[in-house]
Amino acid sequence: MPVKCRSGCGRNAILKRPKTGDSLCKECFFCAFETEVHHTITEGRLFKKGMTVAIAASGGKDSTVLAHVMKTLNERYDYGLRLVLLSIDEGITGYRDDSLNTVKRNQEDYGMDLKILSYEDLYGWTMDKIVAQIGKRNNCTFCGVFRRQALDRGAAIQNVDALATGHNADDIAETVIMNVMRGDVARLSRCTAAISASYFLPQESEGAIPRVKPLKYSYEKEIVMYAYFKRLVYFSTECIYAPNAYRGHARAFLKDLEKIRPSAIMDIIHSGEQMKVRESVNKQVRGICTQCGFVSSQELCKACTLLEGLNKGMPKLGIGKTSKVKKALSTIAADQVSHTTFLRKISINFLFKKVFWSTIPRWSTVYLKTANKTVQFYY
Amino acid sequence: MNTEQLNFTVEFSGGAELLFNKEKTHQVCFPSVEEWTIGKLLIWLRDNKLTERPELFMQGDTVRPGILVLVNDTDWELLDQLNYKIARGDSITFISTLHGG
Repeated sequence: MPVKCRSGCGRNAILKRPKTGDSLCKECFFCAFETEVHHTITEGRLFKKGMTVAIAASGGKDSTVLAHVMKTLNERYDYGLRLVLLSIDEGITGYRDDSLNTVKRNQEDYGMDLKILSYEDLYGWTMDKIVAQIGKRNNCTFCGVFRRQALDRGAAIQNVDALATGHNADDIAETVIMNVMRGDVARLSRCTAAISASYFLPQESEGAIPRVKPLKYSYEKEIVMYAYFKRLVYFSTECIYAPNAYRGHARAFLKDLEKIRPSAIMDIIHSGEQMKVRESVNKQVRGICTQCGFVSSQELCKACTLLEGLNKGMPKLGIGKTSKVKKALSTIAADQVSHTTFLRKISINFLFKKVFWSTIPRWSTVYLKTANKTVQFYY
Repeated sequence: MNTEQLNFTVEFSGGAELLFNKEKTHQVCFPSVEEWTIGKLLIWLRDNKLTERPELFMQGDTVRPGILVLVNDTDWELLDQLNYKIARGDSITFISTLHGG
């Protein structure tokens, strides 16, 4: 016997909402889904009339649904926003080139401007080249760090007032779990925010372009169902490089929890929101990278650190501890040695034996000797 | 003759098709002397159609959490899930939610 829609509209239900357990028909589901996003936007005061908002578009399910819903709501509730699309081309042959075609289709369907920025243009490195250098083990670090900054740069180039990303409830719950497991207090306290740097507290934003997450309370299941029933075309190939293993475990754990109790995802987000960090706890202060001028909690941002490592032929430099890396890099700079002379002058001692960079296990103590200085750091 | 066969369609999307030789649509035909449930179909699909990484499709005797199942465009959570009896002409869709974003 078909289940009837809980709203009493008389139609047959087509899905069971994981968040509420309600059975809804297609029309009532669209309405509920869109209205909830609308509430996230209005209650979180994510936008102001007249703003230009860039939607970070990968061609995947989340950003495709985000673009569609943003366009729909902007018209329905007269937000008065100008919406544009922003895509990052990481330079992954057979993956991103295909997904960007999906974004181009969105651009035509929705009539929005599209800007594509590539890692190659921004950093001089494609992910293909980076993986050729460092292998498949830590490449997600590079890709994630570079994408974050590339989006900031793209938003600045497009001169937008805010950047909307397709992070969904599952993503945020995963991040809460990961930050708890890592004891990352600073990230834990800001990862659940629907808006990264409020316009109402400009002194905290440090000139960064605010990031907003309109799909913060939207379950992945509902996003996929929405795309399916709206017949939205999205790209769903796995990245050809190793998936982010750590997030993968958090994700599998979360999906298992959801199966037992679907509200688990909302509960974890709620927990993340409720956790308060004592004033006395040392938190990193957000500042500006001395090299590139973008937001950073360190003097030199992660993207610049990683890039410097790549360009100096020591690609794993930025993956270890930031403080030690900074020390190493400043010593290099102080000695004013060029890349090639530096490599010739240094000897790397690992337990008093000369070894190549690539064979040093992670987290070992490494001594870098230049002509007149020795630097010790954890590799 | 036709009355003794159980014909139905199985579709994969959202990346689930990657595990099935990248084919999105599969026509399935069983002799209808047997009763077929989705639970039984899953095992048959895993043993006969799946081309790689079965652990990404199944976990225990059901689909891996994160794969959505629809029967004639209705969420299987509104039906008998694994015990749903497949009828002639049904369309069963598996959508992965686990790919990219």
